[in-house]
Amino acid sequence: MRIPILKLHDYLLISVQVELDDQTALRFQEDVLEKIHEEGSRGVVIDLTSVEMIDSFIAKVLGDVVDMSNLMGARVVLTGIQPAVAITLIDMGIVLDEVPTALDLEQGLERLQLELEG
Amino acid sequence: MQVQTHVDINSEWGIVAARQAGRKLAREIGFGSVDQARITTAISELARNIYLYANQGQIKIEEVTGSGKRGMKIIASDEGPGIKDLRRVMEDGFTTSGGLGAGLPGVKRLMDEFGIESEQDEGTVITTIKWLR
Repeated sequence: MRIPILKLHDYLLISVQVELDDQTALRFQEDVLEKIHEEGSRGVVIDLTSVEMIDSFIAKVLGDVVDMSNLMGARVVLTGIQPAVAITLIDMGIVLDEVPTALDLEQGLERLQLELEG
Repeated sequence: MQVQTHVDINSEWGIVAARQAGRKLAREIGFGSVDQARITTAISELARNIYLYANQGQIKIEEVTGSGKRGMKIIASDEGPGIKDLRRVMEDGFTTSGGLGAGLPGVKRLMDEFGIESEQDEGTVITTIKWLR
């Protein structure tokens, strides 16, 4: 299974709409980095509106994708994290430190623009 | 009738299958979306531990009743190497797999009751319950 990555000007847009198993999550991580490299993208929005569960493994993969992309010079914003997912992550004691987030895709793109211009 | 489901964990797909079975039962019992996410996440952590440390095992989920309450019980069992130091494994941030170390202490916080039994070289059984509020 592969998560589609869309290109929009300097940005990559990703909407995760599948139940994330470990392999899909790891492959996604690699695909995002490859695509940033290929397209010379400056920013990435990963929309998690349809994701109903984030466990410690998936949280680590997402946090790592943000750090890895930063290393490459691209900024990542996570958007649309569901209330139940946010509550569960905090209950678990998982803090996605310094990960930029926004309510939805639209605000995510605005946030990226601010981060890249500011 | 009390529902009971077993999912064998012997691949990464087993983790997903256990999660899905757990969410389905949690919904049927009447848990709201936040508790459904808590239960599903707990199952995912337990199933991954089985796969990572014991290669194979089983997740059993069932509806439970007790002192006028209804809830959902998860039993994760394996015949793997067992846990050497039960106290350390419940410490936040302790990991032997390079993960976040949020697994078992996280599960304990997500659920209402939590018990762990482990014998070296014999296996581990973790039993945990979430009560319907």
